[in-house]
Amino acid sequence: MIKVDHLTKRYGDKTAVDDISFEVQEGEILGMLGPNGAGKTTTMRILTCFTPATSGSATVAGCDVFADSLRVRRQIGYLPESVPLYLDMRVNEYLLFRAQLKRVPRKEIYPRIEQCLEKCGIVEVKNQIIGTLSKGYRQRVGLADTLIHDPKILILDEPTIGLDPNQIRQVRQLIKELGQRHTILLSTHILPEVEMICGRVIIINRGKIVANDTPSNLVARLRGGATVSLEAKGPSEVIERALREIPGVIRVTGGNKGQVNQFLVESDKGKDAREDIFKTFARNDWILLEMKRDVMTLEEIFHQITTQEAEEAYREEVSQRPAGGVKERLSGILGRLKR
Amino acid sequence: MNNVPTVFKREMISYFYSPIAYIVIAVFLVFSGYFFARILALTQQATLTYSLANTQFILSILAPVITMKLLSEEVRSGTIEMLMTAPVTDFEVVFGKFLAALFLYLVMLAPTLLYVVFLNWVGKPDIGPIISSYIGLALMGSMFVSVGLLMSALTKNQVVAGVTGIVTLVILFFAGYAVSGTEGWYVAALQYIGTYDHWESFTKGLVDTRDVVYYISITALCIFIAVRIVESRKWR
Ligand SMILES: Nc1ncnc2c1ncn2[C@@H]1O[C@H](COP(=O)(O)OP(=O)(O)OP(=O)(O)O)[C@@H](O)[C@H]1O
Ligand SMILES: [Mg+2]
Repeated sequence: MIKVDHLTKRYGDKTAVDDISFEVQEGEILGMLGPNGAGKTTTMRILTCFTPATSGSATVAGCDVFADSLRVRRQIGYLPESVPLYLDMRVNEYLLFRAQLKRVPRKEIYPRIEQCLEKCGIVEVKNQIIGTLSKGYRQRVGLADTLIHDPKILILDEPTIGLDPNQIRQVRQLIKELGQRHTILLSTHILPEVEMICGRVIIINRGKIVANDTPSNLVARLRGGATVSLEAKGPSEVIERALREIPGVIRVTGGNKGQVNQFLVESDKGKDAREDIFKTFARNDWILLEMKRDVMTLEEIFHQITTQEAEEAYREEVSQRPAGGVKERLSGILGRLKR
Repeated sequence: MNNVPTVFKREMISYFYSPIAYIVIAVFLVFSGYFFARILALTQQATLTYSLANTQFILSILAPVITMKLLSEEVRSGTIEMLMTAPVTDFEVVFGKFLAALFLYLVMLAPTLLYVVFLNWVGKPDIGPIISSYIGLALMGSMFVSVGLLMSALTKNQVVAGVTGIVTLVILFFAGYAVSGTEGWYVAALQYIGTYDHWESFTKGLVDTRDVVYYISITALCIFIAVRIVESRKWR
């Protein structure tokens, strides 16, 4: 549905999006994850024909975003990051305006508006002036607007930002539901969100794609083995020794914590030590209070990937920087001026 | 062209929800009423010629006030992103906004028709110059509004848009006015560019094609440039 091919966007000499390629299949919910300034919004603006790419191409539903912009825009519902709305209009006036602008057939307009108001939970504020709505409600009005013409593709730039926890849950639920009928591309900083609603994640950092996979694959790929945390009663040193002897276990940390013992058992890649641990405990008649496998969260992966990148880039930058600091260069210029 | 009425309607809603429309109309009525009454008292003639002639200067100031927010505010508040990612063309947006501003301008003029009714009641005015004056006012309005709209496309600060619009129109007004009566190669040029001389013949009951062409071509030019400026976002 969406195909991005070697897309680059430069602002002056700053590269916001750097040669990225990816695809979004029909019916898929793709999450775009990245720190501030990664280029998520820029990518979305290119896909919605708001800004042009410097080079590369992008097609949405088979239409080129530059050459066939009107047709592309007819197929997408876009929720910009800051949700800019006309604050002087009433909610239903605004939706009517948007529906007409997006060429919803005349007969369907009012039923569609009602439907979208209901879906986004804003029926009770439909006569309110948008400027008097809270941030969360504006977000919902924006969301209602993206749905008003029943587009094939939804592009949502941080759809849950600024919402309270209850609303976040509702909006996520809504997006999940929408995913059954629409193709969705969304961006976010919130990792659990991606795990919860996206079928696939793209991690983007400094304009480059650094990972593109399903959330569970990402987790599996980056951390094959797992850490198991234990809480047990019994002689702590003996238990520790026994745990070390389990095949595949690399490291055991922890020990006596007052009434109970707590251990962290790290095992080899691809090895699940839980079964052996249980058997060891059963054999020795120790009491196992709790056993939990800690999987590396997407959060940790995200942190790992993006900081690695940042460090590398920083090192590169430092090595390329011309000798001498700002001070030296400034005095050099001043010297030349004096002459 | 299909989205022009939609854009127009949205601008009308916005105008009448904000105080600006009412303020502009009130200011205009105060000044035009004052001129009408003063001139009527002075000349004792049942004519609108002089009082309408005097309105040109006020309209040069009020038209940019009407148009100043049209495009600049979209950019400043970011709503342009919502607007332009909907399936509309740049021309539809600019032209719809132009028509809305022109409509408000005409609404502003409408109450002066009461003066005509009043003159008819107290005397026997020559209806020809009155009709041509209104045609002239409408044409002049479309030019003023388009100049204001162009300024609004150039900046995202609506106050800057308003001030530059006013300055431009006032300079155009005085360009012809200041040199009238003097001689030199530049006089004809300035008088042609200036708004003053084109307007005058309308007040005398003439609808000169040259003047009509002048107003319409400047209007078209300004709208054209404004569309290009909005479009320029696409190659930056
Ligand atoms: N109009 C612009 N002019 C110059 N630079 C820009 C412009 N828009 C974006 N940038 C730069 O491009 C880079 C990417 O910005 P972008 O808004 O796409 O990031 P983002 O991933 O959406 O970040 P965030 O999570 O903060 O929303 C940033 O470094 C930003 O400064
Ligand atoms: Mg962003």
